[in-house]
Amino acid sequence: MAATYTLRAKHRRSRLRTLAFLSPWLIGFTVFFAYPMISTVYFSFMHYDGFKPPTWVGTKNWKYVFESYPFFWPALRNTLWLVVIMVTLRVLFGLGIGMLITKIKTGTGVFRTLFYLPYLAPPVAATMAFAFLLNPGTGPVNSMLESIGIPAPGWFNDPSWSKPALTLMFLWGVGDLMVIFMAALLDVPKEQYEAAQLDGASAWQRFRFVTLPNISPIIMFAVVTGVIAAMQCYTQPLVAGKVASGVIQGAGTSFQPGYPEYSTLTLPQLVYNLGFQRFDYGSACVVALVLFALSMAFTALLMRRRGGLIQAGD
Amino acid sequence: MAQVLERPVELKTPVSPSPAERTARRKAFLEWIAVHSLGVAAALFFTLPFVFVFLTSLMSDSQALSRDLIPHTWEWSNYRKVFDTPGFLTWWKNTLIYAGLGTVLVVVSSVPVAYALAKFRFRGRNLTLMLVISMMMLPPQVVVIPMYLFWAKQLDLSGTLWPMIIPLAFGDAFSIFLLRQFLMTIPNEYLDAAKVDGCGDLRTLLKVILPMAKPGIAAIALFQFFNAWNDYFGPQIYASENPGAWTLSYGLESFKGAHHTDWNLTMAATVLVLAPVLLVFFFAQKAFVEGVTLTGVKG
Repeated sequence: MAATYTLRAKHRRSRLRTLAFLSPWLIGFTVFFAYPMISTVYFSFMHYDGFKPPTWVGTKNWKYVFESYPFFWPALRNTLWLVVIMVTLRVLFGLGIGMLITKIKTGTGVFRTLFYLPYLAPPVAATMAFAFLLNPGTGPVNSMLESIGIPAPGWFNDPSWSKPALTLMFLWGVGDLMVIFMAALLDVPKEQYEAAQLDGASAWQRFRFVTLPNISPIIMFAVVTGVIAAMQCYTQPLVAGKVASGVIQGAGTSFQPGYPEYSTLTLPQLVYNLGFQRFDYGSACVVALVLFALSMAFTALLMRRRGGLIQAGD
Repeated sequence: MAQVLERPVELKTPVSPSPAERTARRKAFLEWIAVHSLGVAAALFFTLPFVFVFLTSLMSDSQALSRDLIPHTWEWSNYRKVFDTPGFLTWWKNTLIYAGLGTVLVVVSSVPVAYALAKFRFRGRNLTLMLVISMMMLPPQVVVIPMYLFWAKQLDLSGTLWPMIIPLAFGDAFSIFLLRQFLMTIPNEYLDAAKVDGCGDLRTLLKVILPMAKPGIAAIALFQFFNAWNDYFGPQIYASENPGAWTLSYGLESFKGAHHTDWNLTMAATVLVLAPVLLVFFFAQKAFVEGVTLTGVKG
């Protein structure tokens, strides 16, 4: 009797202890995630402009976003462009830079720091810098391109070049990927390379049959986290569009995001546009839920039970 | 077979290198040249933007509109002009409050949660961890509408920094995850030893875990500081109506609006937003790189 009693008391104490330690997050999760998440679903079926009380409109907001809101499909297309093309290029470039840094023997620390620094640049500062560097008229990049006889693109002012310009900026900030690829590459067992070399494997074969299999989990990690980041892409395209279009009212304006011709419009920008510029909170919540569904799908990929990239472990 | 000899063989006795060795050495030398030229090319790609931004920040008004790359006269007074711009000092103050207070709150609230997730065994632990990771992956736009209505309409706190700071007192998913990854690497034997010595949970956390977790805590503090420094969306939602509550990242964009054609002043302001980040990095490189690696490695 006594033994069971103390055991039960011990269990209760340990449960209380766990709850106490987790409490900051449990409160945060409830107040700043669970409650707003439910509200987002609720508002997606309401008409609400922030002033008059919300009224039930059924699926009207959903129909509006998918069928008549002119920006939804372009924004989804742009987001997918970034997800497919930008993420692919960024992972390949990050891997290339990671491999290069493991091969550099002289001044490694200096090179590594120089390659890593752009990753730290605050997004607004980096975007302002690139809007200046790539501005078609007086930007240094186009000056240099023209001086060697290459026709200079319009970058952030040309709808067919604005996404490549964004991509270029994200390639510049590839330092985080360089670091994780470098760590992964240095972890590949040396013996495997030596064995491959004894078997007469060429450099490409060593990369294909030794390096790639060893680092493939990290490549997957880079792809999935890259996809999630691409879907969240907000500040850079918005600021680039504002600066390139030359809006002079400054922050908090009626600027229609996506300049030029919706080419830099992404899904997160729609939430802002619908909610805080058009005061159509209901439709904004619909877009928010689309964003949520997409993010969760990719997060699930990241955490799949077997072979998941982030494991709970013991 | 020649491939076997690719690495120069070290011989104790002075023998003149065989032809095979000589080709191997020449190959190694050529590879060194190739790798380092590529390295220099990459270094130019990564650093030239900083260089051009800095050079432009020192140009005169008229020269900033030309195609020149190097300033004719070095206008250090541009930086003075930026500081004299109304609001600029307020943005600094606000950013430091947001980043400083937010960092303290995140560390204090995230440490116990990360500790429990790393070292306690309880039912629902994996589920909790999965929810933490899901929150980390969530775009802030997903819940922003109800959150805005909550802060602005119910608590009347829009136009202040509080809607951005207060949530940080309840743990931050990314910090919890990163710190949990770090705490997983601390062997359980330390905890058992503390228990044997009669330490309670709180004492163990404060006296045993905290001293060992310093690098992990440094990493989350740095990331949180930079998140606040870099945040654009938060101030745009909650502070845009009140320029007195703007932060540097948010104000910088409006700075360009107000100084429409002045690329030199805009680039000087950009340097002033960039510089503190780079400066902090030079003092805390290790914590940064460790943090980035930790988030990319299996736990």
